[in-house]
Amino acid sequence: MNINDFHIITVGVLCAMACALPGIFLLLRRMSMMGDAISHAVLPGLAIAFLVSGSRTSWGMFFGAAVAGVLTALFTQWITKFGKVERGAAMGIVFTTLFAIGLLIIEQGAGNVDLDAGCVLYGALEYTPLHLVTLFESETLIWQIPHAAMVVGTTLLFNIIIITLFYKELTVASFDPGLAETQGFHPKVIHYLLMTMVAVTTVAAFEAVGSIIVIAMLIVPPATAFLLTHKLPVLIGMSLALAALAAILGHLSSQALPTLVGLPETTSSGMMATMSGFLFLLAWLFGPQGLVKRNTGELIEPD
Amino acid sequence: MLPDHPPEFPLAVHDLTVAYHRKPVLWDLDLNIPEGKLVGIVGPNGAGKSTLLKACLDLIPKTSGEVLIYGKPYEQQRDLIAYVPQRESVDWDFPVSALDVVAMGTYRKLGWFKRVGKAQREQARAALDQVGIGHLADRQISQLSGGQQQRVFLARALVQDAEIYFMDEPFAAVDAATEQAIIELLQNLNARGKTVLCVHHDLATVSRYFDYLVLLNMRIVASGPTAETFTRENLHKTYGGKLNLLDDVAEALKNIGR
Amino acid sequence: MLETLIDTLFLKTHNTRLVVLGVTFLGAAAGLIGSFLLLRKQSLLGDALSHATLPGIGIAFAVMTALGMNGRSLPGLLLGATITGLLGVLGVLAIRRTTKLKDDAAMGIVLSVFFGLGIAILGMVQKIPGQSSAGLESFIYGKTASMIEADFILIAITLTISVFVSLLIIKELTLLCFDSNFASTEGWPVLVLDILLMGLVTAVTVVGLQSVGLILIIAFLITPATAARFWTHQLRHMLWLAAIIGAVSGWLGASISALYPNFPAGAIIVITAAAIFLISMIFGRAQGVFPRYLRHRQLQKKVGRQHLLRSTYEILENSQESKPLKNLAIPLELLRKHRYWAKGELSKLIRQARAEDHIERQPSGELRLSESGFGEASRITRNHRLWEMYLITHADIAPSHVDRDADMVEHLLGAEIVHQLEAELELSKSTIESPHVI
Repeated sequence: MNINDFHIITVGVLCAMACALPGIFLLLRRMSMMGDAISHAVLPGLAIAFLVSGSRTSWGMFFGAAVAGVLTALFTQWITKFGKVERGAAMGIVFTTLFAIGLLIIEQGAGNVDLDAGCVLYGALEYTPLHLVTLFESETLIWQIPHAAMVVGTTLLFNIIIITLFYKELTVASFDPGLAETQGFHPKVIHYLLMTMVAVTTVAAFEAVGSIIVIAMLIVPPATAFLLTHKLPVLIGMSLALAALAAILGHLSSQALPTLVGLPETTSSGMMATMSGFLFLLAWLFGPQGLVKRNTGELIEPD
Repeated sequence: MLPDHPPEFPLAVHDLTVAYHRKPVLWDLDLNIPEGKLVGIVGPNGAGKSTLLKACLDLIPKTSGEVLIYGKPYEQQRDLIAYVPQRESVDWDFPVSALDVVAMGTYRKLGWFKRVGKAQREQARAALDQVGIGHLADRQISQLSGGQQQRVFLARALVQDAEIYFMDEPFAAVDAATEQAIIELLQNLNARGKTVLCVHHDLATVSRYFDYLVLLNMRIVASGPTAETFTRENLHKTYGGKLNLLDDVAEALKNIGR
Repeated sequence: MLETLIDTLFLKTHNTRLVVLGVTFLGAAAGLIGSFLLLRKQSLLGDALSHATLPGIGIAFAVMTALGMNGRSLPGLLLGATITGLLGVLGVLAIRRTTKLKDDAAMGIVLSVFFGLGIAILGMVQKIPGQSSAGLESFIYGKTASMIEADFILIAITLTISVFVSLLIIKELTLLCFDSNFASTEGWPVLVLDILLMGLVTAVTVVGLQSVGLILIIAFLITPATAARFWTHQLRHMLWLAAIIGAVSGWLGASISALYPNFPAGAIIVITAAAIFLISMIFGRAQGVFPRYLRHRQLQKKVGRQHLLRSTYEILENSQESKPLKNLAIPLELLRKHRYWAKGELSKLIRQARAEDHIERQPSGELRLSESGFGEASRITRNHRLWEMYLITHADIAPSHVDRDADMVEHLLGAEIVHQLEAELELSKSTIESPHVI
């Protein structure tokens, strides 16, 4: 393990935790797939922002992503309401179309620059140590962290702040939108706030883990925590812990596991997603509601 | 074959327990339903009435116990059964007509891969006529009123020509005309010697509609002919607050092993 | 350029012929099978499924390479894709049944974990010395530059079988989608049927992977079916239409993309399908936004017309003692005060009634019904009173509440129902008194 590994793990952990936070509320609102939809749909926003601003890491990107996120939610809502289409189908139509538009823009305008769609989708975590920024410099000490870590770390911080500020609104709106409405909490605003959070987090993370892997971090650690507890504060804490653990295990295994089969290392982000799934599997089998503990005949409350 | 549960009973329930997440919803039920009766299943909300029906029909797994239809397990006796689910259990925007839905009752006899033919459609129309909405056969189900939708479900059950009918809240939120149609249908079935089990929510009408009652609140409070069973004492036991003891035990069970 | 397009569309260009045909076929199959997915409310399962195929592709490549075969042989890759795809779907079902997590979470978990695993495996596999794995990524974006005949045949066979199977069990699938509980009590193996449906979806997905790409096969499974729903209320028609829309999207999209080879074909196809969807959503006869709006407007017009005529008639009744009623002119003011009119509504309705020849021109401040208008007003008022009578005598509603109920329902009365009402109330008078004070 060297300093590079340390950087990579740091970025991964920050990423995972930043994603887990909005993911918890997506889970509670039964909108986990919205995370998937938005992370695909940010592509046109990113592409346009990139074309306009000419650089890959800029405020324009975040703005483009936020817009794309809100548009996804808006269009989905519109189609669901006016078209009376089932929500999942509406989501599918919106994000695939936006993604297709994004692909077109990329191939069209940016074919010669380094906005490769593949990179956008699954990132290049291993390269993050190559792009360092200096946080602190003095005669004797230079403190540098990966640029990605700074970006993701800031996003994590923002997410924490928003969740703390809007804790009760998020909770009520997720659980009982009707009640939230009558209490003046404007569940619609909360809804779009959450979608924006997801979109911005997606973009922040894409440099590191790519937008597709973001979905894993949005959904799986919160779902795993959900199998272990139903108390919201504990759920949040556990999601963060599990996300961090998945990131650490992911990177370590990406180095170690392939050598076991005689292959060189593989992508960290892929393994991080896999590890989050592995943790889920453990909870599924051995958790308090786990399959191993239960005898047949226990049923789940039907829908 | 079970002792205490001779095979002439259309429905025999033995020691049935159903639990959600280790909290029992139905507790040690033991029941024999005699043939040819109009049976009402009543109890407070959450008492497990729907659960009982679904457990009998194998729609939800049993924690323990057995259900026998005329002395044999349910899977062997499907031909003798018809099920009328709650109205909310389907999406009424589905692109089918009333006739299509009723014809679904003929699928089993048709078997795999065969298409619905003239004979089946005629049966379906006859059943719709019997419940008084024959003229709506070709109408899309989204354009039907709640009562008409309920009658479509009933017609579907009729088409199956079963011996035992399981109905989940057929009278819930229906208009007067539909209520009348359902009553006539039930009496018709009764006259032909069929057994009908209805989960029912309205105490005021129970004694009018049914000649046999099952009072249920997690366990069988009482069952028997309406005149004998529908007593103040029994109702109090079913609906009153004396259930605390049983509730406490259920809660305690749930907490073991946490 | 246009000639190229036309040539491609009509399959004259050799190297694009197979591609266009293949994608058209794919669209039709995806439209058909996607309809069941939509009705089962599992549209996003295609999303989860397509992501879940990635590890299978990677593993298949690795295995085939290890066995000394061509690592990129299509049937092998597709087999791998199918296996993990199906595993993923089973995973979704399993999570749903055994935990408190709902559909969306289950799908998201399978989707992301399998995909991550796939990326990880691809990462390992791409570094295997001696084998080129370039192009495995084309499964993600699709690459329809050209299609070799062997691949086309595989695709065609798979799709034909899928379509055949789905048509064979069309009634079983319909039942499954509409009322799975009833199906269960009837002895239909719901789980098996669900898995069969998933199998069909898997076949279409896996085959579509290499033409339009992983992410865009999802659109093919969702968009045409959803678009078709707007045009019809009948299941059979919906299935046909979905297949046609899917086919057309594929055909047009692939042909257009042949003109611009550096554009991913999948993207253009999806956008084509989305355009058709948008048109369907707005104009589709059965459920489209615009037709619904028109129908609503028509109803409003009908309601407004009936209000105007009935009010006029009632004013005439009030002002005359003797029967039969004479068709006289009435002052507008009386009409205005007779019932609540929204702002500007009364003048609009009068204009409408004039256009329909129900009102004759009169000096300003007055209103007179034409002969046909008078007859219509009489009929409408009679129906209204009949309905009020019925509600009172048969539905125990206090008379003062009656007017509102009757107002809403009566506007849909047809001649047949009127006869029924008359029979029920055993009336033979030509006009009826109002049961409450007007």
